[in-house]
Amino acid sequence: MIGLGHYLVVAGGLFAIGLFGALAKRNAIAILMGIELMLNAVNLNFIAFNRFLAPAQVVGHVFAVCVIVVAAAEVAVGLAIVLGIYRRHLSTDVEHFDWLKW
Amino acid sequence: MSGFTLQGILANVYETGAFWLLSLVALGAALAVVGLKNIVHSAFSLVLSFVAMAGLFMLLEADFLAMVQLLVYAGAISILLVFAIMLTRRPEGKMQESNPFGRYALPAGLVAFFLFLAIAALVLRVSWVSGPGVPAASTVGPLAEAFLTTYVVPLEVAAILLLVALVGAIMLAGGGKR
Amino acid sequence: MIELAWLIPLLPAIAFFIIIFLVRPLRLFSALTAVVAIGLSFAFSLAVLAEVIWRGISMEQPLELASRWLALPGLTVEAGLLIDPLTAVMLVVVTSVSLLVAIYSIGYMHGDPGFSVFFAYISLFVSSMLGLVVANNYFQMFFFWELVGLCSYLLIGFYLHRPTAVAANIKAFVVNRIGDFGFMLGTFMLFLGFGTFNFLELAEAFKGANPAFLTLTALLVFCGPVAKSAQFPLHVWLPDAMEGPTPVSALIHAATMVAAGVYLLARGFILFASAPQAQLVVAYIGGFTAILAATMALAQEDIKRILAYSTISQLGYMVMAMGVGSLTAGMFHLTTHAFFKALLFLAAGSIYHALDELNIYRMGGLAKSMKITSGTLVIGALALAGVPPFSGFWSKDEILLAAYSHGYAGLYVLATITAFLTSFYIFRLVFVALFGRERAAFHAHEAPGVMTVPLVLLAVLAVVAGFVGAPFVAHGFGSFVYFAEPEHAVPNITVMAVSTAVALLGIGGAWWVYGRRQPASEPLAAVAPALHRLLYHRYYIDDFYLWIFRVIVLGLGAAFNWCERHVVDGIFDGLADCIRASGRRLRRVQVGRLQSYALVIFAAVVIIVFWMALPVLGGIR
Repeated sequence: MIGLGHYLVVAGGLFAIGLFGALAKRNAIAILMGIELMLNAVNLNFIAFNRFLAPAQVVGHVFAVCVIVVAAAEVAVGLAIVLGIYRRHLSTDVEHFDWLKW
Repeated sequence: MSGFTLQGILANVYETGAFWLLSLVALGAALAVVGLKNIVHSAFSLVLSFVAMAGLFMLLEADFLAMVQLLVYAGAISILLVFAIMLTRRPEGKMQESNPFGRYALPAGLVAFFLFLAIAALVLRVSWVSGPGVPAASTVGPLAEAFLTTYVVPLEVAAILLLVALVGAIMLAGGGKR
Repeated sequence: MIELAWLIPLLPAIAFFIIIFLVRPLRLFSALTAVVAIGLSFAFSLAVLAEVIWRGISMEQPLELASRWLALPGLTVEAGLLIDPLTAVMLVVVTSVSLLVAIYSIGYMHGDPGFSVFFAYISLFVSSMLGLVVANNYFQMFFFWELVGLCSYLLIGFYLHRPTAVAANIKAFVVNRIGDFGFMLGTFMLFLGFGTFNFLELAEAFKGANPAFLTLTALLVFCGPVAKSAQFPLHVWLPDAMEGPTPVSALIHAATMVAAGVYLLARGFILFASAPQAQLVVAYIGGFTAILAATMALAQEDIKRILAYSTISQLGYMVMAMGVGSLTAGMFHLTTHAFFKALLFLAAGSIYHALDELNIYRMGGLAKSMKITSGTLVIGALALAGVPPFSGFWSKDEILLAAYSHGYAGLYVLATITAFLTSFYIFRLVFVALFGRERAAFHAHEAPGVMTVPLVLLAVLAVVAGFVGAPFVAHGFGSFVYFAEPEHAVPNITVMAVSTAVALLGIGGAWWVYGRRQPASEPLAAVAPALHRLLYHRYYIDDFYLWIFRVIVLGLGAAFNWCERHVVDGIFDGLADCIRASGRRLRRVQVGRLQSYALVIFAAVVIIVFWMALPVLGGIR
């Protein structure tokens, strides 16, 4: 019998993989992909909690929709930023970007 | 919930099998997203992962969200990513080497691994109790009702956020042309 | 009348402000303002003296007028007047000498660009001194004591374009500061010990006080007179104070500055009388200073310097008199000395005014060309030498008698030798400057009347002032100004004869060496060059102080400077360097890459999750 725990572990795994991708990759677009994975893992959590703890309600789904909205906005803005940086520096390699100091 | 009928047992077996299958696909595709050297392959793996997750949503009887997942993630966001990859291609860059690991790969792996350990350990130690009630056959109706009554303000805020984000994205992406 | 005594110090102060703020451009009017104010003070002082005698106010029953100046919890300071015969006599001495000096200055300072300011300073000087004289408590006295010091600083450095004058006033100020500090500590000790500054209350409180405490306090208070009255070892400032205009020297030496120290000894006499050890120190310091300064005067060639060392020597006499326990003798000598020393200085000023020359070996024959000046100078010299019946004889005799009769045989001998030296050096000055060979190419002329009249008046005072305390006067000085019981000096023929003899011997010796042969330069330098050098350089005391200053003070300063720069600054610089160096290393953490920051954030998240999950995970159950 598949329970809540199974889903949560899967979601945790996805989240960890997404985090790893966001932290370890050099390509800015790959980092965005990692972040998308993490957001998806969160969605899975919401839905799983909703399904097993309060099946008659849709609160978790509402949250998931909101997360999807935020994810869509995030990826749009994020890609726009990546494009902007690329225009200026002809690179999407975050190793080249070390201006976030001083 | 399904009772001890053959059908019920079979449903259980199907459900279990489907869960494991979809989970493996989702996790494997996610690992591929991170691990592959070619960014286009990563993007395709991401689509696969999203699709598998939509399947998991279906298993969790969230039909509307499964569809949204397919449309927004597997469809729109993935396409957007692929377009971004195309737009940021450097003529001299090789696509085979387009998605390398950075200098923080090892510590990032450790952090991610320990985070997973923490989550898994916590989750597995808790004995979860299912709540009462039966999920609706279709979540579209209840969800629409919730969004248009209790959660109408978050809905509007989300709409405005999307609008603002898209305007901002256009500004950022198109700003270079003046 | 006596209740208006507070006007006496106030009038010159008002004159000061009038001159400074109103009439400074009108030169003669400034001088007149000062003279009139001091003159009025003099008139009031005479009235106060008359009333003191008439009302029978004695040393035991003084008149005190006081009002509260400031009152804090645990500290009440009064502003008040203490009128007794001592005050009255001192007021008359100060105002009379100051008045004559002020009149004389009209002639002496004629044409000086700082004419008006000079009179303003003189007024303030006199005012501070008078305020000091009438003070009824140590606090007020200290207040005016400092004002006197300030005025002397201003006047010594009056010719402020002269570097030597500036150096001299700084020296006077610094040396006085040392003494003032002791005086201040002594005053605080008195307040700590007895809770009051008032002279009369303190006099009561001293009965049965801890003798060691009293001795220490008395010695600290004595530091004030040591500096202000130029006693060894703080006498060095007074000869340099000659850099001021000559009337200022007269004022400082006779009435307003050095007298303050002796007056403090007299006013606080009961403190010293209650602390015999301290009194002994006072006596020996005075005696030693007297002979030391007298020997120094032997070799000086600057007329004002000779007089300056003579002043130090005479102040030594006064201090010694206080030390051996005779307030009467000390104050008597202060009075007579004020007149004849002012006379000597003004006469010297008159010579300088005429010749623009201070070295006695470049004068000579002045007795012919400057009759009044020379005559008064000789009278002053006779008074200083202690030839009867001039005033100096009576007062000096009183001191010698006091030392003799109180059993200080050593001091008596010392003082007698000093008397011989005194008459010798002052007549050395007289013979060389007035009767010596006329030097080439100068024409001395007598000073104007505004200068000679004060000289003559002072000469008269120098002759007659001694009679108020002469032994044959029935109710003289000793029955008026005294401590504990009226002193009526029983004439001691031996002492009188000896002192007269040494005075005449000194004159004779001076004539033998200087008057007979009329040397063109100092004979002592030829006979005993080493001794002459030693005396001329004042036993190298000034040089010793300078050496102390250079080596110890500047050396310590350099050491502290080094310490400050290398140790203190080094510590802080080191701290700063540590922080900067650690910052330079820690800055590497801020690589500026987004992922490193995110990595750190999530690492922290992981740690926090583990930490918070510890109870659940079974770390701590």
